[in-house]
This record gives sequence, C-alpha cells and structure tokens, in this order.
Amino acid sequence: MAERMDDVEVTDRRAPVIEPGYTFGTVTDKISAIVLNRPTSTGWFIGFGVFFLLTMMMLYAIGYLVLKGTGIWGINIPVGWGFAIVNFVWWIGIGHAGTLISAILLLLRQTWRNSINRFAEAMTLFAVAAAGIFPLIHTGRPWLAYWLFPYPNTMNYWPQFRSPLLWDVFAVSTYFTISLLFWFVGLIPDLATLRDRSENRWAQMIYGMLAMGWRGSARHWHRYETMYLLLAGLATPLVLSVHTVVSFDFAIAIVPGWHTTIFPPYFVAGAIYSGFAMVLMLAIPIRKLYGLEDFITERHLQNSAKVMLATGWIVAYGYGIEAFMGWYSGNRYDSFLLWNRLHGPYAFFYYLLLTCNIGTPQLLWIRKLRTSSVGLFLVSLVILVGMWLERFVIVVMSLHRDFLNSSWGMYYPTRWDWMTYIGTIGMFLTAMFLFVRILPMISIFEMRTLLPEAEVKSE
Amino acid sequence: MKTTPIYGLMAEFDSATDLVGAARKTHEAGYKKIDAYSPFPIEDLAEAIQCSNYVPLVTLIGALIGGISGYLMQYWMMAIDYPINVGGRPYNSWPAFIVITFEMTILFGGIFAVLGMLALNGLPMPYHPVFNVPRFAMATKDRFFLIVFSTDPKYSPTGTRQFLESLGPRSISEVPS
Repeated sequence: MAERMDDVEVTDRRAPVIEPGYTFGTVTDKISAIVLNRPTSTGWFIGFGVFFLLTMMMLYAIGYLVLKGTGIWGINIPVGWGFAIVNFVWWIGIGHAGTLISAILLLLRQTWRNSINRFAEAMTLFAVAAAGIFPLIHTGRPWLAYWLFPYPNTMNYWPQFRSPLLWDVFAVSTYFTISLLFWFVGLIPDLATLRDRSENRWAQMIYGMLAMGWRGSARHWHRYETMYLLLAGLATPLVLSVHTVVSFDFAIAIVPGWHTTIFPPYFVAGAIYSGFAMVLMLAIPIRKLYGLEDFITERHLQNSAKVMLATGWIVAYGYGIEAFMGWYSGNRYDSFLLWNRLHGPYAFFYYLLLTCNIGTPQLLWIRKLRTSSVGLFLVSLVILVGMWLERFVIVVMSLHRDFLNSSWGMYYPTRWDWMTYIGTIGMFLTAMFLFVRILPMISIFEMRTLLPEAEVKSE
Repeated sequence: MKTTPIYGLMAEFDSATDLVGAARKTHEAGYKKIDAYSPFPIEDLAEAIQCSNYVPLVTLIGALIGGISGYLMQYWMMAIDYPINVGGRPYNSWPAFIVITFEMTILFGGIFAVLGMLALNGLPMPYHPVFNVPRFAMATKDRFFLIVFSTDPKYSPTGTRQFLESLGPRSISEVPS
C-alpha cells in the first residue's frame, strides 16, 4: 500500500489558498499599496458618505430616545425586549466569525484563514460595538449603565451576580477587550511594514507610534508567536462562551420557548452561521473592488460556504428540537407556543425564517453556486435576514403570548426602532470603510509565511 | 574628530534558509550576543540564537489572578458584604458564579499575555540603533538580517567582519549606536 502511494500522483483539485507566482516583496507591495499608494476613489467617498449619514441618523434616534425615553419604541408589556434585544443578539452573533476564524482555525492549522482573518477580526470589533449600543440604550437610562459594574458606591449595594444579565455584561465586555487585543497585536508587524514603506512624514509617525518600534527580531517573534497561540487558546473557549451566555439570558427564564437546554449550542451555531454570511458579504465586494482575487481565492469562498452549510444544519436541528419538544413535552404552554408559531399572528415570519435559514442554504450543495460570487453574496444576504428573523421569533413570539391570555399583546416596531437598527448597520459599514482605507485588510506577515520561499530548507 | 560608538555589525541575507544557516554558524562560532531579524516568524531561527520565553508563565499568572479574584469578588459581595436571600438558595451559590469566574480568567490571561509579550520584548521602543541602517527598512518586507552586538566578548571590528563575510551575506553594515 505504501509503495503504491508513491506512484499515484496526488493532485489537489481545490483552488490554492494563494495564487502562485508571488514573492515576499510582491505580497507586501500589493497589500500595503492599497493603503499607501492607491488614490481614494470616488466610490469610496460616496459609500462612506452614505453610511456616515446613516450613522448620524442612528445618533439622532438615540438622542431623541434619551430625551423622551423608551416609550418612543414599540416595546410594551408583555413585549419588553423588542428590537433592542433582537438587534443585540443579531450583531453579537455576527461578531463571532472573526474570532472563530482567527483563533479556532489558527489552532486547527487552517492556513486559508490567513487572508481573511484580519478583516474578519475588524468586522467582529465593529459588530460587537454595534451590539453593545442596544442593551445600553435599552436600559432606558444609559447614563447610569456603569451601575452594572461592581464598583464601591455610596448606595452600598453590589450588582446581582446570580443574574444572567450580569454574566452577559462580563462576557460581552471581555469578548470586546480580547478581540481588540487580538486584532491589535496581529496588526503590529504589519504596522511596522507600513511605517517602513510610507513616504509621508505623518503616516510614518502615526504608523511608527502604533507599531511601537517593532523590528522583527527573532526573540520578539518567538515570544510573539507564543503569545498569539496562547491568546487563540484563550479566545477559543471565550467565543463559544459569549453566545452561550447570551442564550442564558433567555434559557434561565421560565418563558415558554426560552426555557430550553438546546439554546447554548444552537445559539453558538447560529452565531457562526450569520458571522460567516457577513464575512462573505464583505469579502466578495472587497476582493472584487481591490483586485484581491489572488489572495481571497475560490477556496476561501468555498470553505466559508461549507461552514455555513454545516452550521445551518445545526441551526435546523435546533428548530427541529424546539418543535419536537413543544409537542413531546406535553406541556400546554410549550405546545401552545408551537401552535402560535405555526398559526399565530406572526406565523408569516416563522415560515419566512424557515425558508431563509433552512431552505435557501441547501442551494450551497451545488458546487457551481459555492464558487459564484454573486450567488454566494445573495445566499449570505438571505441568511443574515433569516438569522435576524430567528431572533425576532425567539424574542417577540415568546413574549407576546405567555401564560395568561389576559396579558397577551402585540408588538409593532416604530420608526425609531427602524432608524436605530438601520443606523447601526450604517455605523458598522462606516467603520469598515475607514478600516480598509487606513489599515492593511489582509495580514501581510501571515501571508508571507504561506509562500513557498518562507520554508527553511535543511542543509 | 568625534567617533560614534559602534552598536554592532549587521549582515544582510536574501532568504530565510541563508539566515538560519548563518545564525547557527555564528552561534556555534562562540558569538552569544547576537540577534536576527526577519519579516515573518521563523521557528528555527529562535532555536538557532536561543532565547528565553516567559510569556506562558506570565499568562498563567494572569489567568490565575483573574480566576481567583473573580470568584473571591463574587463570594465576598454576595455572601459577606451584601447577602440577599434568593428563594432560599445558599449565599455562596457557586454554580452561578462560574460564568464570571471564567470570563475574568480569560480577560486577565489575555491582557497579561499581550502586555507580558510587549514588556518582555522591551516594547514600545520607538528608537533603536538598528534603525540607523537605511537598508534595515527592508527587514519588514523581504530581507533577512543578522547582527553581532559590539558588547559580545568575542567581538572585534575586523575579526567579526571577516567572519560575517565568510557566511556569504549580500552586504555588511556597521550599526552606529
């Protein structure tokens, strides 16, 4: 068997992670030129302008909210959570792909991650920042949000550590901090490259200060690599814990449809599902507009599509178990929840959710679609809509009809809800526009390690 | 005439393989105060010049501080300073404290890992003598450098230069300090 293996030429039919023919110099030039030499296009200004206006709209909506209170939203009793929590969970979920790509795929030695980890991490940061806005303003008095942290105060009280809402504060703020550190230390060697390659005095000084005097010493690299692996090892359980804790916000409560043990794994899978959809929605236009098809190849698109297909099935399993338990538990409130999803006033959204999240991704079985930019972009968009609907179904459909029919109600979002939600999308994309303009969107030093010349030949 | 003291002698190489070979030979020749620079991490290089690495220890200390203080904080606040009876559950209801203990472990471990790496590497350090060599700007692109510091007991301006030349570098430069 072993002898025969030598005769057989093993061919890898998959697209390469990086197109052949590149050297250390050309990889460096190509990625750093986007930041340093390429003139800012009109399209960039238009896109940035539009999304910046949306950000201003969000600030306007939040300003009015601070003035008037949460009564301007559609929330009421029984539906106290509404859009704010739907959007919070949606954004946090999207933020999961960055750390998954940078930490978990690093530990699994998936080298294809090297060309998409940088902007996926940036995406994570901006998504978590967008997510953080919602619980903050949902408190009604955001200027008192620091009460959530345990600090010695004249009221002589401490926050309630047995509450999952407080766990969430710690989980999300830890996640943001660690993601920021991971992203920034990953940037240091590339900032040094930009420092050495820019000709503008200001750029040299700013990149130089951010690079902190990095000079690529072997001793430094040695500690750096150790630190990077350790941080990945710490971030791996962290990323899985964050959405688990978010799901505890629901699962610890006794509301029908929330009080289930399937929630943590099903939330984490859904997070990765929507996160990869967002990665693709950003990667596809970026590789096209900046001519990066050689670095973000068909292989990356295919692999991301496969991750979505797999996590999509985990999510489908979650929906299946929810429905099954509604019937099998024999609990009248749980079975009513199932009935209400299928026939209640919001049933349309439940069917739409099933179409978006279970139906559409099945198209990814088709190889031709997995390699088509336009097709993947559209499927990703549908998945993102579907994942938003999933959170709507969980939050609103569970709350609006619970145990007593005297306390039933309906929830309709107002224009302020929509303005805030669309505004955070604007803020997220504004930040992405700035990011691709001023920082290397692909990790240059990690791309160098993928080149054949990086291999040290033994004498 | 004022002479600038010399920080070391720097040799430039074209490939990672050349640099690793040169670093090994330099170390074997008895030079101990040496360093190598490359545009990406090379595992064999760190081995060739031998360096200490306390990053894992620092990270472990950070993680332990975070975990222990995270639990004790909750214990003290919930069981001693501000006890609230929630449905008759014990004040030290440890299962409820696990999540924040875990998050604090990760938070402190991560912060210690990053700050520890920077501190052990002596960063931030905006000025460093090696930046005086104009060609050193290529170290963050596609060139590989080896330096013998003038503080090395075996260092001599002519002898070390001859030795470095025997390694077949692309160029050799003096690094003024």
